[in-house]
Amino acid sequence: MRRIYLDNAATTPMAPEVIAVMTETMHNIYGNPSSVNQFGREAKANLDASRKLIANSINAKRSDEIVFTSGGSESDNTALIQTAFLRQNEGRHIITTAIEHEAILKPLAYLEEQGFTVTYLPVNEQGVISLSDLKDAITPETILVSIMTGNNEVGSIMPIHEIGEIVAPTNAWFHTDAVQAYGTLDLDVQRDKIDLLSTSAHKLNGPKFLGFLYQRQGLNLPAFIKGGDQELKRRAGTENVPAIAGFAKAVQLISDDYKQTQTAKYLAFKQQLIAGLKANDIEFMINGDQIEKSLPHVINIWFKDQLSDRLLVNLDLQGLSVSAGSACTAGNMQDSHVLVAMYPKQQKRIRESLRFSFGRYNTSEDIDDLIKALVKTIKK
Amino acid sequence: MEDKSKIRVVVGMSGGVDSSVTAYLLKQQGYDVVGVFMKNWDDQNDSGVCTATEDYEDVAAVANQIGIPYYSVNFEEEYWDRVFSYFLDEYRNGRTPNPDVMCNKEVKFKAFLDYAMQLDADYIAMGHYARVKRDDNGIVHMLRGVDNNKDQTYFLSQLSQEQLQKTMFPIGEIPKPEVRKIAEEAGLATAKKKDSTGVCFIGERNFNKFLGEFLPAQPGKMKTLEGKEMGEHFGLMNYTIGQRRGLGIGGSSESNEPWFVVGKDLSTNTLYVGQGYHHDHLYADQLDASRLSFIAPIEARGQEFHCTAKFRYRQQDSGVTVRFNEARDQVEVIFDEPVRAITPGQEVVFYDGEECLGSGTIDHAYKVIAGEKQLLQYV
Repeated sequence: MRRIYLDNAATTPMAPEVIAVMTETMHNIYGNPSSVNQFGREAKANLDASRKLIANSINAKRSDEIVFTSGGSESDNTALIQTAFLRQNEGRHIITTAIEHEAILKPLAYLEEQGFTVTYLPVNEQGVISLSDLKDAITPETILVSIMTGNNEVGSIMPIHEIGEIVAPTNAWFHTDAVQAYGTLDLDVQRDKIDLLSTSAHKLNGPKFLGFLYQRQGLNLPAFIKGGDQELKRRAGTENVPAIAGFAKAVQLISDDYKQTQTAKYLAFKQQLIAGLKANDIEFMINGDQIEKSLPHVINIWFKDQLSDRLLVNLDLQGLSVSAGSACTAGNMQDSHVLVAMYPKQQKRIRESLRFSFGRYNTSEDIDDLIKALVKTIKK
Repeated sequence: MEDKSKIRVVVGMSGGVDSSVTAYLLKQQGYDVVGVFMKNWDDQNDSGVCTATEDYEDVAAVANQIGIPYYSVNFEEEYWDRVFSYFLDEYRNGRTPNPDVMCNKEVKFKAFLDYAMQLDADYIAMGHYARVKRDDNGIVHMLRGVDNNKDQTYFLSQLSQEQLQKTMFPIGEIPKPEVRKIAEEAGLATAKKKDSTGVCFIGERNFNKFLGEFLPAQPGKMKTLEGKEMGEHFGLMNYTIGQRRGLGIGGSSESNEPWFVVGKDLSTNTLYVGQGYHHDHLYADQLDASRLSFIAPIEARGQEFHCTAKFRYRQQDSGVTVRFNEARDQVEVIFDEPVRAITPGQEVVFYDGEECLGSGTIDHAYKVIAGEKQLLQYV
């Protein structure tokens, strides 16, 4: 059975180029970048080169604004919790959206327990917030606005540039969880006036358990993981130099040209999928924004009268890996809080939707096979 | 030889050793095996961990060891509507239901079977100690598990021919100690896991306390059949006919024999008690049962036939005569010898040797006095 991977928003296969760089680095550069010896200096040089390349990818002013972390969750936790406690004397109000990732929502729930107030901005049926809601929500007490760049479940894109413009003149800092958008969208922390930005390496064919938190110079967030003085005292723990070299390689693979080609390729996949479903009289609706306006690699579809867990299992047994909501207790599907926020009155839609997410190695044959499998299962 | 790799068997995996070995054996035999965990009840243990999560982790470990895909399906709604509501209704009516019988009939062999069919299954398989045998006419018969100690046909007795046509019970052919040994030799993660006990949704918790959360307990009088007041009971639903524990009656002047529940009267909320395990009121000569279900066609046995029966799980068979009514939707079951503690709401399950024929739900118990059938009051 041919296995087809269409769950790239969950994670991606590592690029062979990334594996090659990591393997070579593991063989040759094993010093500790903090050590005062030649092995350490060699490792530090390697780490600095990676950091510089990655800083450039989001147009950071300085490389030392990049702090490596264990991934998106740690970056998000650090940004939220450390900002809150650092700035609690200036205000205790935080603004976010109803459709953030759990790595945002859970730390914020924790902060609420600690006495902070959190405003959850609603989204429309396209999965996008309203800027006037944001303006209305900001008070002199607001210390942080955390709004994702692109949504992992439905692919909706937030108006990050406009949000940056709104937040900049206020007392609040602007954090964006760009885990799902990094690698497909153009990110520019200076243009968009972003103070904090989270990413993860494994969403763009890099290694797992690695990411970074961009921290605009001058924020001076205290370390979340405390210990040694690595990362200019902002994140303790010996850096995973080979994995970071792989991360840099993964970022390098996504040149501006590549990004354009990729966007066109994924849009073609979406069109192919939609055309295939229509040609076979499958009843469906796209969840979220129009396919040209959403994250290139994510499409979320409501298949009418098809329970998503049944559909998912059927596709899996035919070799097709896709995703539906998130698994909670004992592998059971939980209603997606994103779809609930977008379609609060459409219970069926929430339980009958699947997410397909494309990656670097998908081909149009994969989409053909997906259409065949969907038609076979739904028409059964 | 048929190509077993083309036959898809969806195994209901609970995270216990029996269903683990079921999946393992089918995989060894070359079937296309898919493991599915059923979550029927939303529950947490005392430390707040969802017990289903731990069991699902065991399913995952075993499925990965034997190399089969595994999934999870939620039947909480089905279970609530078709099993738990019935369970509470029966208690409200003063009866003692058997939710496991209903769970098999309505969830494990219905909702789950439907689900498996959506996954293109040819069969489902369960880790029950029972056997299915197909005769020359293609009719399926259900036999007791070879390990008579573990035989679970009592709980499966309401299944239909259609349900069993699609069912496999691989470990019904194997004694339980052998099942454990297979699990140990295969190194399955669940080889040493303790067997679960009790009704699935109640688990190891206090039964009366659990029931009290759903049905308000109404304390009332405890009396002898002669009308002598013996104290208070704390809700009729908390007692079963023939039960000794929990009555809290001290010694008595007349006799030192222990006290037992001998009857309940819902209309006056009275619990009747009597002294001695062999109290006369605990013995019946026959019963009525309805909600009949037979696994294979039963018509050939006529309007009346002799066989053996069990009136609750873990009980020796007794010889009985089964007599259908005209419409064949009720039976009178006449015992060869008096039987103790017949309990309305429980199943009466019929056997012919090794074969489980089917069952009905007990409605009333009777004594025969001087050739006259008399309703056993308050039972």
